Amino acid sequence: MKLSLASLAALASCLLLGATLASCSSAGDTASASQESSAAGSAVPELSGTLTVFAAASLKSTFTELATAFETAHPQVKVSLNFDGSATLVTQITQGAPADVFASADTATMAKLSEAKLAAGTPVDFASNVLTLVVPPSNPANIASFADAAKTGTKLVICAPKVPCGAAAQSDATAAGLSLQPVSEELSVTSVLGKVTSGEADAGLVYVTDARAAQDKVTTIPLGLASPTVNEYLIAAVSNSAHADLAAAFIALVTAPEGQKVLQDAGFGAP
Amino acid sequence: MTLDLSLTLAARHLELHLSLGPTETLAIMGPNGAGKSTILQVLAGLVKPDAGHATLGDRLLFRMGHHGRWLPPHERGIGLLAQQPLLFPHLTVVDNVAFGPRSTGASKAAANASAHEWLREVAAEDFAARKPAELSGGQAQRVALARALATDPELLLLDEPMAALDVNSAPFLRSLLKRVLATRRAIIVTHDILDALMLADRVIVIEDGRIVEDGPTATVLTHPRSAFAASLAGLNVLSGTLNAESVITSDGVTVTGRPAGDWGPAQGEMAGLAAFPPSSVSVFLTPPQGSPRNAFPVRVEALEPQGGHIRVRAGLLAADVSPAAIAELGIVPGSEVFFVVKAAEVLLYPAG
Amino acid sequence: MPALVLLSRRSPRRESRNFQAVPRWIFLLAAVGALFIVLPLLGMVAKVDWAHFIPLVTSEASVAALLLSLKTALASTTLCIIFGVPLALLLARTRFTGQGIVRALVLLPLVVPPVVGGLALLYTFGREGLIGSSLQLLGIDIAFSTTAVVMAQAFVALPFLVLSLEGSLRTAGQHYEAVAATLGARPSTVLRRITLPLVLPGLISGSVLAFARSLGEFGATLTFAGSLQGVTRTLPLEIYLQRESDPDAAVALSFLLIAVALVVVVLAYRSPRAPRQATP
Repeated sequence: MKLSLASLAALASCLLLGATLASCSSAGDTASASQESSAAGSAVPELSGTLTVFAAASLKSTFTELATAFETAHPQVKVSLNFDGSATLVTQITQGAPADVFASADTATMAKLSEAKLAAGTPVDFASNVLTLVVPPSNPANIASFADAAKTGTKLVICAPKVPCGAAAQSDATAAGLSLQPVSEELSVTSVLGKVTSGEADAGLVYVTDARAAQDKVTTIPLGLASPTVNEYLIAAVSNSAHADLAAAFIALVTAPEGQKVLQDAGFGAP
Repeated sequence: MTLDLSLTLAARHLELHLSLGPTETLAIMGPNGAGKSTILQVLAGLVKPDAGHATLGDRLLFRMGHHGRWLPPHERGIGLLAQQPLLFPHLTVVDNVAFGPRSTGASKAAANASAHEWLREVAAEDFAARKPAELSGGQAQRVALARALATDPELLLLDEPMAALDVNSAPFLRSLLKRVLATRRAIIVTHDILDALMLADRVIVIEDGRIVEDGPTATVLTHPRSAFAASLAGLNVLSGTLNAESVITSDGVTVTGRPAGDWGPAQGEMAGLAAFPPSSVSVFLTPPQGSPRNAFPVRVEALEPQGGHIRVRAGLLAADVSPAAIAELGIVPGSEVFFVVKAAEVLLYPAG
Repeated sequence: MPALVLLSRRSPRRESRNFQAVPRWIFLLAAVGALFIVLPLLGMVAKVDWAHFIPLVTSEASVAALLLSLKTALASTTLCIIFGVPLALLLARTRFTGQGIVRALVLLPLVVPPVVGGLALLYTFGREGLIGSSLQLLGIDIAFSTTAVVMAQAFVALPFLVLSLEGSLRTAGQHYEAVAATLGARPSTVLRRITLPLVLPGLISGSVLAFARSLGEFGATLTFAGSLQGVTRTLPLEIYLQRESDPDAAVALSFLLIAVALVVVVLAYRSPRAPRQATP
């Protein structure tokens, strides 16, 4: 196929200006094809566009699965996921990052989004998580209980008190009447898990979902608390989102029985 | 107590043997790239030859091969003065000179005293507290000489020590060297005929990695047997077959002259050289009449101002004439002229 | 006579300015490049909560992190000098088979993400690592100790010193060293009295770079050493942690870190470029 100079120039100007100009559809096959896909949304009541979801790191596997399900249900929709620490994500959103949905691993962080008046409506509680003790499969320090892990000389790794999993660890310890002497207070629960799976640490306190995801790389020892500290997971649409319809549909999926099953299979508790 | 050196270094096409008496100063001359400096570096222990050996007195400097030995530079007792002074920039002048004695175990006080003594010797005591950056080229080279002498080396190597100096600094250093080398064993690599004449007892000329001339300085310069030595001496030299009063070149040109030395004409024909200085050559546009003169038709290649005269170069020959004569004759490169020299100015002697 | 006026007005400027072979558009690009570095710093400075700056940076956790950072960066710089100088000397002054590979490997931490470096250290010196398991038997436990922080920092900082010093050594050449040897100085004397003083500016700038890199080390430390106040939680880790809960404190500490790094760099580079005086 030989392109004329004129059509090449038209194509180039389309690429430069983006697919927003209607005149581009006359330029060539390539340009008009991309134009049709974005025009389809208004023609058919079917949902379309790109949905951007910012979710806490611990939701990575479950939300990836749910996003795939969402895309299957709505073929014209593409879900873009961003996983990180909840605090990091909320900072990004308040600095103008284009998120449509935010799912936080705790209530305090979601409160920051509400304070910034960026949460559309009341955030929905959609899952909960509790801590558990994990040890390397070889269990070098012969730990059988939460109390063993709190003994002097045990290389116990927990989250820093300033991050949600660390705060939960402290209150669980208080509930068990133990005083923890960690060798390291990691910045994220992933780091805690890493220190245990690599055999560096004798024991670590992580969420049950993390412990389950690590499969046989760790041995899980329940804390055995009557009333463990429960971390609530909240989800909300971001108020300045351009895809409010998509955001609402995604939140509906997460809170629907289908979404809840995925979460509970991964070890999350009911909200 | 002689220095005995024999070395082969394929990378520089060097293959030579030389020896040197206790207080002898040897000048090494030769074209650029002949490997002169390499010989010094091998002796100093900075470059390893492929084969050979060297002894200094009863000490083995190196012996290459299976049961070889290699004395590192700091154990050789051989000083080196290069073209650049290479004074340690972070040390004062006196600390530079004291560096050698300090490194070989002298106390700080003794090293300092010796440094001052040597600085006095090279008339550089006034700069003792200065940094090398504050010295002129000539001053720095004198300090470098003092530094090399302060270790009292058994052999002093000088690698074109005057080459980087301006015309005003060189004479002073040269006379200084003459004084200190008189009682020492030294090897000086030089391009300057004056250095060889003033400083060396003996000169060797190296061409293509081999020694092509070896003899007392005066002999080599007045009776050069190599093109390089001749050009050094500033002489025009033509080689050919020698008879009683002329040399006949391979081109059939007859050069008449007077025999130098006492070789007997009775010896018959042999290889010989005819030598004459450029100052004895006159330039004519037409062949002059009458003997006893030699006239060589030549094409002028270059004109070089030299002092008060112009050196006219044509092939192997050169003539020195006044600028006025050049102007009068209208000589430019490319001119066809005649070089004329009186037979009485031409020296004839046997080659090699 | 406009031309004459123009000439007379121009000539003093021409005299005062030496010729520079730099096209004008270079200045524009250079300015953009400089702004790209400077603007984010300004952006952060603008964000500093000056009213609470002092309490923020003098909190127990902040002071502990700063002191630990300075202490470990100093230790790692010392390690870099002890092992980096010999490495640079071998790379610059000798020739051996596999030298290119050695150089590439030494410089590897420059291009490898610090987290990867941390993992490599973990699987080498960690409790179940290649060497760590043997050290464990000897009663040496590196995990979760300040030693681990220093090792992580030295790992990422060493190439800066080696690279900088090797360049200086090559520039300095070997002429002075050869002269010193002919004056009877043994190799150790040459190294101490000639080589090192001559490359001192390069050694200083290399050490400063290594110190600054150590000060900023985050990824390898986090992966290999852990994070505990006063033991392994250096300033960058503290900043990252504070960011989760108290962004104001994180910004204040970031400013402190930049200030410390800036002071170190400026102090070191203010020294004259020429070899310094070294009295024996």
